Amino acid sequence: MTTVVTTLELRRILRGATLPALLLAWWWAMFHFHWTDTVMFVPIAKVWDTAVRMSSSGQLWISLGASLARDLAGFTLGSLVGLAAGTALGLSRLLENLVGPSLHTVKQVSLFAWIPLISVWFGLGDTAKVVFLSLAAFFPVLLNTFEGIRSVPRELIEVARSFAFTRSQMLLRVVLPAALPSIFTGIHLALIYAWLATLGAEYLLTSGIGIGNLLTDGREHLWMDQVLLGVAVVGLVGFALNLVAGAIERHLLRWRGGSAGQY
Amino acid sequence: MNTTAARLRAALAPAAREPDKARPRRARRLRLERATLVRFALSWPFPLALLLTWYLASAFEWLPPQILPPPAMVVSTFVELVQSGELGDNLWISLWRVLVGFAAGGAAGLALGIAMGLSPRIRDYLYPSFRLVAQVPSVGWLPLLMMLVGIGEALKIILIAKAAGMPIAMNTYKGLEGVSTRFIEVARVYRFTRWQLLTKVVLPAAFPQIWNGIRYGLTHAWLALVAVELLASSEGLGFLIVYGRQLYQLDVVMAAVAVVGAFGYALDKLLALIEARLLRWRRDGF
Repeated sequence: MTTVVTTLELRRILRGATLPALLLAWWWAMFHFHWTDTVMFVPIAKVWDTAVRMSSSGQLWISLGASLARDLAGFTLGSLVGLAAGTALGLSRLLENLVGPSLHTVKQVSLFAWIPLISVWFGLGDTAKVVFLSLAAFFPVLLNTFEGIRSVPRELIEVARSFAFTRSQMLLRVVLPAALPSIFTGIHLALIYAWLATLGAEYLLTSGIGIGNLLTDGREHLWMDQVLLGVAVVGLVGFALNLVAGAIERHLLRWRGGSAGQY
Repeated sequence: MNTTAARLRAALAPAAREPDKARPRRARRLRLERATLVRFALSWPFPLALLLTWYLASAFEWLPPQILPPPAMVVSTFVELVQSGELGDNLWISLWRVLVGFAAGGAAGLALGIAMGLSPRIRDYLYPSFRLVAQVPSVGWLPLLMMLVGIGEALKIILIAKAAGMPIAMNTYKGLEGVSTRFIEVARVYRFTRWQLLTKVVLPAAFPQIWNGIRYGLTHAWLALVAVELLASSEGLGFLIVYGRQLYQLDVVMAAVAVVGAFGYALDKLLALIEARLLRWRRDGF
């Protein structure tokens, strides 16, 4: 039985690896048999060499650190403001009616279109980037917090009322915990968008260092090895952020375990 | 479980519910209309206050006009851009790019999603690679694509197609994978052919999620369009924004940003309308 399972799984893994392997082989052959002489097709070994060189010189880590610091600063700022605003709008109908429509209108503008305006108002440095990143993180958290609070079951509120909860108890013990899954959806989205926005900000607000600048430099000098390395790092960071967000979410929502079935 | 919740609700809030039912319909509708009116009226003070601050700030030159052009100037620039045809031309180019990229990416995404959803073998071969590509956001691929295909029209179409195609493929695949086996068993009992099974059962059941993917795809396509036009373009809405920025004409930038927002909204609304029309059949069941 176990051998059957393992051969099946082995077959799946082999099948999954076929396409990347073919691509790598083609890439290798391009270079090895001199099918092309453009600078685009650098040998795979050279990408690895570049990775080793840039990581031992520290350039890779400094760039990555700068990008991540920016990403986290913007993400934290944006999601905190989004959380506060979403909670306020969710709790007060008056506030929702006052600013909700304006926020929905502003949200329609495609994210990157803000960069030129932000660059005039905040310059090309880290301030502008963090402002832009927090804008990217703000809207998903705002919307999902709002939705989460609005869909807290009425029964829960009524039970809390009958126990004469104070307003802060109501908020901290009933409303926010009940809205937490939806808030996490927003935070997860914000993490993804902030990373996307980090790259965009580093392409367009070109001062400073970061993974985006690494990619832009590589492109300008036609260093394919550096560009490929950059793309790989971008993918790995995205993957890692997803994993961390998923783990934190599962950890913090442990208490919900099984309750959905009992309800 | 539902009945407990309903009973609880009824027991807890009888006073609030009863008069509602007793009242004639017209009164309730009137009250509903009044609520909409109130909501509409309340939505104006905030943006108007903002506009007033903006107006005062530029009228008293708290900030130089290069940094904050007066609202009237933005409006007159907008009118000028429309009359000269500059806005229309660039808008048309951007819309055309989104349309072509979205159509190409959508078709490829649907095909890929359907293939992976229906055939476990194709899924085994393609899904891991697909996930690998999906880890890097579209903007991350941009420098690589620029090196491979240059900064011409092909770059824009490929990037937009990629941005639109990924969520469509993913949602199509997940939607098909999630179709309840019960539906399929019933269809088997009725001896549906494979084609009937696909068009009458599987696709309709997966449709809501596929459509979700299509809407995400359009949002992402619009996002990618603006990004690629800001970075590498000599025409289009994104270029108009960069151009205004370089000349420090923020009135041009703001007018173009407003158009980007308006058309992003319009495209999304268009899909929502189509969805409401396509999903009419769902209501008949209830």
